[in-house]
Amino acid sequence: MLELQHISFAVDGSKEILRDINLKVEDRFVAITGPNGGGKSTLAKIIAGIFQPTEGRILLDGEDITNLSITQRANKGISYAFQQPVRFKGLRVRDLLALAAGGSTDINQACGYLSEVGLCARDYIDRELNDSLSGGELKRIEIAMTMARNTKLTVFDEPEAGIDLWSFNNLIRVFEKMNEKIHGSIMIISHQERILNIADKIIYLKEGRLAQYGTRQEVLPQLLNTDSTCSVLADKLQ
Amino acid sequence: MLDNIQMNILREVAELDALPTGAYNIRANGQGAARNTTANIDIITKQDKPGIDIFIKLGTKNESVHIPVVISETGLKDLVYNDFYIGADCDVTIIAGCGIHNCGNQESRHDGIHTFHLGKNAKVRYIEKHYGTGTEDRGKNVMNPETIVFQEEGSSLLMETTQISGIDDTYRMTSATLAQGAQLTVKEKIMTTGEQTAKTNFVVDLNGADSKVNLQSRSVAKDHSHQYFDSKINGNAPCAGHSECDAIIMDSATVEASPSLTANNIDAALIHEAAIGKSAGEQLIKLMTLGLTEKEAEEQIVNGFLK
Ligand SMILES: Nc1ncnc2c1ncn2[C@@H]1O[C@H](COP(=O)(O)OP(=O)(O)OP(=O)(O)O)[C@@H](O)[C@H]1O
Ligand SMILES: [Mg+2]
Repeated sequence: MLELQHISFAVDGSKEILRDINLKVEDRFVAITGPNGGGKSTLAKIIAGIFQPTEGRILLDGEDITNLSITQRANKGISYAFQQPVRFKGLRVRDLLALAAGGSTDINQACGYLSEVGLCARDYIDRELNDSLSGGELKRIEIAMTMARNTKLTVFDEPEAGIDLWSFNNLIRVFEKMNEKIHGSIMIISHQERILNIADKIIYLKEGRLAQYGTRQEVLPQLLNTDSTCSVLADKLQ
Repeated sequence: MLDNIQMNILREVAELDALPTGAYNIRANGQGAARNTTANIDIITKQDKPGIDIFIKLGTKNESVHIPVVISETGLKDLVYNDFYIGADCDVTIIAGCGIHNCGNQESRHDGIHTFHLGKNAKVRYIEKHYGTGTEDRGKNVMNPETIVFQEEGSSLLMETTQISGIDDTYRMTSATLAQGAQLTVKEKIMTTGEQTAKTNFVVDLNGADSKVNLQSRSVAKDHSHQYFDSKINGNAPCAGHSECDAIIMDSATVEASPSLTANNIDAALIHEAAIGKSAGEQLIKLMTLGLTEKEAEEQIVNGFLK
């Protein structure tokens, strides 16, 4: 279980990007939503250890992990699928899947992950993660990597962005399958109603604050009804 | 014949555990150590200067020539001229490589001057690996390879050069002249560490119509090392030239790239790309979120890049 206590994050000592975030993630599916620039990705990076909070504590299963490095947190069971996946010159899909799986290179398994995200393993396993991959392909490989990690907490940052409609349904199936397997939590940053619809809980982040956190039934109707306050989201949900 | 140290070097530069099959000429500490010729490939010692002439009969297919050089004597300065005459329609692989093991305090040095004459439609893959080793406080290991290429009509040369460790100072010069329809691809990989310097210089003259060159240099510069990449492609006919210098710099290393393109024909299409930068922080972070330490992540990135 992940717990954030009084998490704040400021850059250059002044601009506050996150302010006093308190929450516990106990459910299997937690969606994080809110307007662009609201602080969603920043929160994900704080959980993964990429950013160090200026204030507050992060607990994983009761253990204070605030001062642990990215690597240490990864090894404690935190995975993070980036909003903008990173490209690598020279490293192939199979290399990254193997690294994600902790060094083991079971080719059949690697192929399995690729198939799950709708990529034909034969065509992709030996490709480099370089500029030749399309945005959607890269996003899917990023998801396959977190599947290979198989950790108790995974944060997906807009996994559906750039993924076509057909795969969207499969994507949701992927999350459901992951849930069955890991018995942990999946946090999904998303603007899509279809993803919010499968969430046990929804976190609504706005201007760096935790504006709402509750069950889907509590939060979703309000999100859909608010007008100017979350026009970005409302537009997307039309 | 070869001692253990020399066999180790041979393994590094030519991936050889025993004498190779096919034609070979092994040079150890400035002397010929072993040679084999085949029905199609002849190797003759030069009379006027150190080195050999290698003659490959026209139409020779699927044969290879190994010409490794090992130096294990500190302070040895070895200069050698190797001239290859590759007949028309050949399809052959040439594996050169030089390794220095320096356990003394003097500079060891190998200057290899290789000249390739490719006949019509000949196809050659040329692999060259440079490697140095020795004790901590050893003298410098220096290699200054020079490659001169003449390509006749329709011939193609793929040149793969690698210098990953142990060479303190290198100045590599490559020049090529291409006739009609000839193709040249160079894939260079360099890593420098410590106080090493590596200079590499290409001059390519695309003289024939539809001739084509592709120069790819990938390098990693660590510590205080310095690299200099200089390329000059002259398009003298309707031709295509592409050069690419892609470097990762780390620590306080420095890399300079000075590419030049000259189009002397309106249909010469010449492109240069250069990207020099630190190994992207994003890449390190991504690998760390997969559980690698920063050091492991860096190793993966560098190894992948130079693979
Ligand atoms: N290093 C930084 N320096 C300055 N500002 C930053 C930095 N990182 C993030 N920000 C700002 O913090 C705010 C939150 O950014 P964040 O990426 O977390 O938003 P988001 O909710 O993920 O938005 P989106 O829906 O567009 O992905 C933005 O205004 C962004 O410009
Ligand atoms: Mg974001």
